[in-house]
Amino acid sequence: MTATPASSAETAPPLVELRNTSKTFSGIKVLKNVGFDVRPGEVHALLGENGAGKSTLIKILSGFHTPDEGGEIRVNGRPVSFSSPRDARKAGIATVYQELLLFPDMTVAENIFIGHAPRAGMGALDWNEMRRRARALLDDLDSHDLDVDARVGGLSVANRQRVEIAKALSQDARLLIMDEPTASLADADVRRLLDVVRRLRERGVAIIYISHRMPEIFALADRVTVLRDGALIGTKDIEEVDDASLVSMMVGRSIDQLFPKVVVPIGAPVLELRKVSFKDEVQDISLTLRAGEILGIAGLVGSGRTELALTIFGITPATSGEILLNGRPVTIRSPQQARDLGIAYVPEDRGLQGLVKPQTIRENVSMALLDRISKGSIVDRVKESALARDAIARFGIRARGPEQRAGQLSGGNQQKVVLAKWVSTNPKVLIMDEPTRGIDVGAKSEIHALMCKLAGEGLAVIMISSELPEVLGMSDRIMVMNGGRMVRTFDRSEATPDVVGAAMTHAGASHAGGAA
Amino acid sequence: MSFETATVRRSASTGFAARTFATYGQEFIILACIVVLFVAVGLIAPRFISPTNLTTIFVGNAYIAVAAIGMSMVIISGHIDVSVGSLIGVLATISGTLAVSGYPVWFAWLAPVIVGMVVTSFIGVLVAYVRIPSIVVTLGMLSILKGGLISVTGGAWITNLPPDYLIAQFRLFGIPSPVWFMIFLTAVAAMFMRYTAFGRSIYAIGGNGEAARVAGIPVERTTVTIFAIHGLFAGIAAVLFATQLQVIQSTVPPNLELTVITASVVGGVSILGGTGTVVGSTLAAILFAAIGSSLIFLNVSAYWLRAVQGLLILATVLADMARRHRIG
Repeated sequence: MTATPASSAETAPPLVELRNTSKTFSGIKVLKNVGFDVRPGEVHALLGENGAGKSTLIKILSGFHTPDEGGEIRVNGRPVSFSSPRDARKAGIATVYQELLLFPDMTVAENIFIGHAPRAGMGALDWNEMRRRARALLDDLDSHDLDVDARVGGLSVANRQRVEIAKALSQDARLLIMDEPTASLADADVRRLLDVVRRLRERGVAIIYISHRMPEIFALADRVTVLRDGALIGTKDIEEVDDASLVSMMVGRSIDQLFPKVVVPIGAPVLELRKVSFKDEVQDISLTLRAGEILGIAGLVGSGRTELALTIFGITPATSGEILLNGRPVTIRSPQQARDLGIAYVPEDRGLQGLVKPQTIRENVSMALLDRISKGSIVDRVKESALARDAIARFGIRARGPEQRAGQLSGGNQQKVVLAKWVSTNPKVLIMDEPTRGIDVGAKSEIHALMCKLAGEGLAVIMISSELPEVLGMSDRIMVMNGGRMVRTFDRSEATPDVVGAAMTHAGASHAGGAA
Repeated sequence: MSFETATVRRSASTGFAARTFATYGQEFIILACIVVLFVAVGLIAPRFISPTNLTTIFVGNAYIAVAAIGMSMVIISGHIDVSVGSLIGVLATISGTLAVSGYPVWFAWLAPVIVGMVVTSFIGVLVAYVRIPSIVVTLGMLSILKGGLISVTGGAWITNLPPDYLIAQFRLFGIPSPVWFMIFLTAVAAMFMRYTAFGRSIYAIGGNGEAARVAGIPVERTTVTIFAIHGLFAGIAAVLFATQLQVIQSTVPPNLELTVITASVVGGVSILGGTGTVVGSTLAAILFAAIGSSLIFLNVSAYWLRAVQGLLILATVLADMARRHRIG
């Protein structure tokens, strides 16, 4: 059954096609001349690491972003332009997002028909018709057990997802984009979802399927497209590829030139974790981090990487286990304590947890050590501005001066300000969560060089990254996490994209394995 | 200050005016408005700028500027207090009642300040630790204070205030004490906000609370302290309000909270938190007082004052949005 619709679709013109599509955000090209098409009745898997351009591509298709000049979107062979998500929906393109966009206090039927509810005249809603059609849609998805009058807030993730899919179908979607639909599903629900996808394909709906889980892709997809660093690496029929070739398409091979890792002498243990847990998000993590060492933590989104960082830094204090700093057991219940013990945390989302945008570079850099540069309670402005100028020079922050507001800087320079804030505290342990996410290649390698320099000065570094080349290129040791647990550790010498990538995806896939 | 000039010199010489204006733009604009208003209305109605009228303007409104100092701190930290008008009404009544009941005048001055701090600290605890939005907490507090005050006093007048209690009628070098209070407290608060680590953390919490927490700033404790300081200013404002006349009406001055919040916002304090100065809010309070008085001299209905205040709020918030957009 899998092969037939695909081969019959071969001859049909593409339902939706992107030609020579690029997208630039504030001077950074995140999508580079990509060509992509999807045929009716086809499951087309879209693969790539975080930051590869997948989200940008689907946001262009769903009308959230307009592509740069020179690109073209065609639906049924006719050029179209989407100026809003509404236009894309009218063209029959619907998206089921990772974070489901439903109204928790409304019923299933209301959610399915929000924005296009059947009317009974005088503008009033036709509730019976709405409930009847919602029922039919859900039955179509084999979801007979889902009550159309249930409040969506009380539903499981899997059921909410079905509501999202029904919502898309209610608008006569001919192309359904599914962004990591199985990321938060249990095994049985994954199996049901795969059945739903197959059923939609049989009805001629085209599906763009984004997932990190290889077994699902091999079980479902007819074709697969790989993006890396915003560029199209290739589109292949699923029969042409295997696990290993997909992983190598995703991560590329140019790691050595990109990451000029400086090997520095590794010193005494600085931070030790012994069976540290936080609820069920971080489970029994034990590790030893030494001075001068960069420990890379790899894992898929939701594998517990960030949660581990938050636990070490005291934002979500450990619920069990022991943390030792320089051999002495310590208690870390708040970021303040962590900071005072010499732990620094450069957060994953600099806009959310790193930067105070309305404040100046000077004020941002000094924020974590105000009490140390104050006499009494008065901030020593001379020291403070020296610190800021120092940071600008040392980190190569491109700014007009210490008095420029942080929000006006580019992403890479904002990240350097956050890094400068923490390095100024003279920490012993530096935790960096996605240190180069969303910044351009030039600033990336500058930050990598800074990391090496800091490690050379004896700092112990934990680097969390979704970019496998970054993890492989920068780390002395690599720890792979999944489901809140440590799956494996690799030495730098034994870590290749294939083995680490496999550890990440296969561990993740062991869930879905049963489903495939 | 010397440091400030040093960095200024480092950047291009054209940058000074631009950057000073970028930092204090709102304050300059309001100052200019005040000057233009006094000159223009003074030309039409010379009695507007007579010492008597100036005294009336300042003595009658300085307490608003004082209350706006604390309010500015609260708003900069990302919160709001809509109960401040009722609080000032209650505190003024407490103060006056103590004064006529034979307590020493220093006690009648001090008690409202302490009670004010207790009330706002309680608000701060609910906001910071129980995590109820400040608008909700203070709306509740507004009704409690207002209702409680009317129920207890019936809105009666407090008379026979002892003369030495009437601190707002004292003069120093010929200038009424409320003006001195306003200038002194604004200056102290401005320095506090600008030069102390605590002042800095108020801006950090309002600008990005999560980042402040991650940077090790004790967000909850700081928030409660900010509310307590706000109560301190509300208490002083209440004493200035209670002692400006020979009598006190034990009710809530109408729309006082709105006037105070308007002063902060029009003074350049971002309603979204993170930016603004207390100098701005004091200047804005003076501007409103002057507008109110000029309406009388120009024979315009005093009801227009409210409309003007509303327009100014909308204009400033729009300007703030535009500025935020630029900062990103």
